[in-house]
Amino acid sequence: MEIMLVFVLILASFLGFELISKVPSQLHTPLMSGSNAISGITVVGAILSLAGTFVAGGETARIVLGTLAVFFATINVVGGYMVTDRMLSMFTSAKKEGKHD
Amino acid sequence: MINEVIINLLYIIAAILFIFGLKMLGNAKLARKGNLVSAIGMLIAIVAALVSNEVLEWQWVAIGMIAGSIVGAIAARMVAMTAMPEMVALFNGTGGAASLLVGWSEYQRYVSAGEVLDVSVFSLLIITVTVLIGGVTFTGSIIAWGKLSEKIPSKPIQYPGQQIVNVLIVLLLIGGAVIFAPLREMVIIDSYALLISIIVLSCILGISFVIPIGGGDMPVVISLLNSLSGMAACAAGFVITSNVLIVAGALVGSSGIILTTIMCKAMNRKLTNVLFSGFGSGKTQSGP
Repeated sequence: MEIMLVFVLILASFLGFELISKVPSQLHTPLMSGSNAISGITVVGAILSLAGTFVAGGETARIVLGTLAVFFATINVVGGYMVTDRMLSMFTSAKKEGKHD
Repeated sequence: MINEVIINLLYIIAAILFIFGLKMLGNAKLARKGNLVSAIGMLIAIVAALVSNEVLEWQWVAIGMIAGSIVGAIAARMVAMTAMPEMVALFNGTGGAASLLVGWSEYQRYVSAGEVLDVSVFSLLIITVTVLIGGVTFTGSIIAWGKLSEKIPSKPIQYPGQQIVNVLIVLLLIGGAVIFAPLREMVIIDSYALLISIIVLSCILGISFVIPIGGGDMPVVISLLNSLSGMAACAAGFVITSNVLIVAGALVGSSGIILTTIMCKAMNRKLTNVLFSGFGSGKTQSGP
């Protein structure tokens, strides 16, 4: 089972290396911001950490940890996508005003 | 509840959308659409997670998500155009913190069930890696944010023997992990204390790693930390055995490394120079 996960990890890593090649310099920050939002995928892990069997009582620690994890990860996801969109919106509008060809 | 095949299909769709989104983000014409595509992927992944398992603590998931959405949306809306890079650093830090907490909470699950002594070495090792990378990302990003927003002096903060201290912290962390993972005979209390020390040390490492780097180099550092937060998510994916976390985390981790080197080249700097020397404070560019 674990070896399959390692397999997935290696293939996805190679894909990531190939995905980004020539990026115009104005897009460096938006690309960073956009991929930062994707790393918020850990929200799925946070939600799943609150799933499964809870032993009756004495699970306060897990609930606190899980809820905080969901909270932080959601900030990353929502904030990340919104701020990226804001960056890109001013990028495209500035371009339209600047040179119209 | 819902068929496992359907859940996994949703995760695959999400992963595909992340890949396309990331690709489109590198293209000036498609970038904004690309961001939307990857956001839709994220939504699908979240929905899949919500319906996949018997989430017993609905109210806490809801509270976390609603509070997080409000904070994230307000922060993204209110931030000044010029302050966006440091906001990205902060968001990145919350992602790292979340991965750390996922690892910790999974450990807590074993402790609560009284199973710590039966957990495999692999699981404990991967929990260590998750809290380590998560912790470094968390505090490192906060320092990067502080430096960019001038809350902390943006010039390099250095002291004699700094490299040695950093190496020492890393060695301590490795030592801690080596003891933590395989020692099953360990009493739970000792094992827990060790995990907490690893978390604290990782957080210290994040601070001491970023603090000697000048404010001018912060964009490169944030890009590197972004790559790290991807790896943290990836490690968290191993902890809870989730393919979608591993795929998305690995994509961000490896594409982040490429982006970091591209940014270094654009600034005419070498990554090793950025990380291990105090250049780039903004006023003195004494590089070759």
